[in-house]
Amino acid sequence: MPGVDGFIYPNEVELQWSILIVLYPFLTGLVAGAFILASLERVFNVAAVKPTYRLALLTALSFLLVAPLPLQMHLGHPERAFEMLLTPHRESAMAMFGFVYLWYLMAVLVLEIWFDYRKDLVLARRASTGWKRRFYGPLTLWSDDISERALALDDRIGRTITIIGVPSAFLLHGYVGFIFGSIKANPWWSTPLMPVVFLFSAIVSGIAAVMVLYMVFCRLRHVSMDMLCLDTIARYLFFAFLIDFSLEMLDLIHRLYEADESLRALDFMVRTKLLVSHIVVQIGLGTFVPIALLALTFAVRFRDRVRIGIYATAGLLTLIGIFAMRWNVVIGGQLFSKSFLGYTTYKLGFATREGLLPAILIMLLPFVFLAVLVRVLPPWTEGAKEATAKV
Amino acid sequence: MDQDRRDFLLNAGKLIVLTGAASLAWDSVLAGTPETAPNYRATDHWWGMIIDIDECIGCGNCVRACKAENHVPTDEPGCYRTWVERYQVPVDDLDRPRVDSPNGGYDGFPVIDQPGEGIKSFFVPKLCNHCVHSPCVQVCPVGATFDGPDGVVLIDKSRCVGCRYCVQACPYGCRFIDPRTKTADKCTLCYHRITKGLTTACCEACPTGARQLVDLKNPKDPVHEFLRTHKVHVLKPHMATGAKVYYNALDGAVR
Amino acid sequence: MIGKPAGESRFGHARHVVRVAVLFASGFVTFLLVRQALVPADFGAYGFYRGGALGDAASLPITFAGQAACVDCHDAVVQARHGSKHERVRCEACHGALAQHASGDVAAKPKTLNPRTLCLTCHVKSSGKPEGFPQIVPADHAEEGPCTACHQPHAPRIG
Repeated sequence: MPGVDGFIYPNEVELQWSILIVLYPFLTGLVAGAFILASLERVFNVAAVKPTYRLALLTALSFLLVAPLPLQMHLGHPERAFEMLLTPHRESAMAMFGFVYLWYLMAVLVLEIWFDYRKDLVLARRASTGWKRRFYGPLTLWSDDISERALALDDRIGRTITIIGVPSAFLLHGYVGFIFGSIKANPWWSTPLMPVVFLFSAIVSGIAAVMVLYMVFCRLRHVSMDMLCLDTIARYLFFAFLIDFSLEMLDLIHRLYEADESLRALDFMVRTKLLVSHIVVQIGLGTFVPIALLALTFAVRFRDRVRIGIYATAGLLTLIGIFAMRWNVVIGGQLFSKSFLGYTTYKLGFATREGLLPAILIMLLPFVFLAVLVRVLPPWTEGAKEATAKV
Repeated sequence: MDQDRRDFLLNAGKLIVLTGAASLAWDSVLAGTPETAPNYRATDHWWGMIIDIDECIGCGNCVRACKAENHVPTDEPGCYRTWVERYQVPVDDLDRPRVDSPNGGYDGFPVIDQPGEGIKSFFVPKLCNHCVHSPCVQVCPVGATFDGPDGVVLIDKSRCVGCRYCVQACPYGCRFIDPRTKTADKCTLCYHRITKGLTTACCEACPTGARQLVDLKNPKDPVHEFLRTHKVHVLKPHMATGAKVYYNALDGAVR
Repeated sequence: MIGKPAGESRFGHARHVVRVAVLFASGFVTFLLVRQALVPADFGAYGFYRGGALGDAASLPITFAGQAACVDCHDAVVQARHGSKHERVRCEACHGALAQHASGDVAAKPKTLNPRTLCLTCHVKSSGKPEGFPQIVPADHAEEGPCTACHQPHAPRIG
């Protein structure tokens, strides 16, 4: 059979989960990571990263809104997807997704953004007329109270939400890891480390994404970058990366040492079918190089411009590397047969329902959302002043 | 769903378990159980299967019969409710058997005249094991796949969303996505037959009796004696799925 | 502005928080109502599934009639097979699915069987078949001739 090496169970010839299912953990990982970065300032009082606080929240929201889209496009019956909310099977990690997602979206992210922006929204409403004013009405829930006491209340609530939000973010992405990690039938996935590995790679990708977006927006706005902020973010990225890398190495060493029945098949797969995506891209370009670059900035005192260049490079490579990690887990887990005697191939279409084109469009969509959100809910005070001044 | 249909299905469900009388839903019985239309009480049965490797000749009758009985697609890749694997195990390298299953065994197997030196060869039919602790039932997010009161794992095609999680979770590779309905599909142990006192299509078509439907709750079923007198094995016992397809003379090389 | 000024309202400066709470509560109630309307009544009757699914699975049409149906009419064949090597082979294993025929449909005639390819399906010599199972190498055994020239399928032993 073309594309099949060795023996696979007859039903295994086609992969069940496509590139769209690779996208999903990548997107929710960015959400969780961006939120953790935002919480650094709000909960852990790391003042240096404040310039990215609102941007991180908006980034998280943009990606969270798009996250269900690849899932919907993948389902055989997307019109029945709501069944997961109506009759969720409590034993199924996937069923719990609907509620964890809703909880995180509504009770954490949307509320936190609302309480943080409410004052700006009220001011914007006061300063606008006509349809714009009507637009801001529901956004403010028609409240107009921005007195000291009201704002103090907002701040306390926001802080509480963030505190709840940190474990919620862990849950949002940790359970994605559990969805894979709890499948005993698949030895590439089945490990208790999976939720933890997913979570830390999510944190790494989220921090890198916000860092890169911050640099991009500063350039677009012709505003100078806050180097203390960037240096601090880079440091957190570095340490998160070290933890993430250690966890993945732990998994690898454990597998090699225990050498159970799956090792031969998996080892062969990694060295042949996943050579480029796993060894070269994920480990080489996506982990070693960014870690080395970041370590370099601690060892050598570079000028601002050089550091910016290094951070941008490290950030982008990190994002590529974490995407490759999701690819290697999802696709890699389906390339080998559960008989351990053969392999199949992943045929990625282009303009098909689960092809490369929809994947690219889905990846671009959050940035479209972000562009809109940045307009409606400007993350930077200068932007807000402009918005109110224009009206 | 309108009230009448909902009531109908509810009553159909109740009839199966509570009174056992053949219900309206079964008026499509064509033959096989004329005057002896069974009263089927689900809780009186606990279905499984025995597969005797020593008897299987790899003719592929079971694969063809299943596809015919259950209208399983024959021209799409990877749609097998049951299939047969042929093993050729080098006796000096038990870890590396050569296995093939051309079109699942649907067209039989290419003839091998000479088994080759030191090769042990046999056929292994496979199907859904109707596990007691089924991992596929565990992961289904919407309650579309389930284990019924009589031990058969079934799929509710009207609720399946096609997420494919169950296909990933099955250690035996017995599930697939039906390209026509875009829902999960697999062996149903010919539920529409066994509830009428017939045997499954694969067992009916097997010429050597290598496959036999068994009812573990029936004290008169020959399975009890068989299990007592033969050394049986389930597939992947370390997965602790509670598989109910018992293989006689299953070689250790079988994956 | 909607409502009274903060000093006069019951909730004071927390009015906007109350609105959020009301919004969420009404969302939750709506969800419960939708759930009530959309989940089938027999869901959960016997387990975490729609109870009617059992009936659905049980009510599919039958294609193989089953040995008992054939035996009902074809007495002579039953006699012929008595004590033969093929006695344990069920009728439809060779004759194909015949529920239509057994239900009395005169138009549904059993297909004519090829007197060589059918037999060879089981009896061609090939590695993997159990020891002791009768197998022949086609080239050495009656070349292209029909098996039925010598063997009666219902009682195949010669002599």
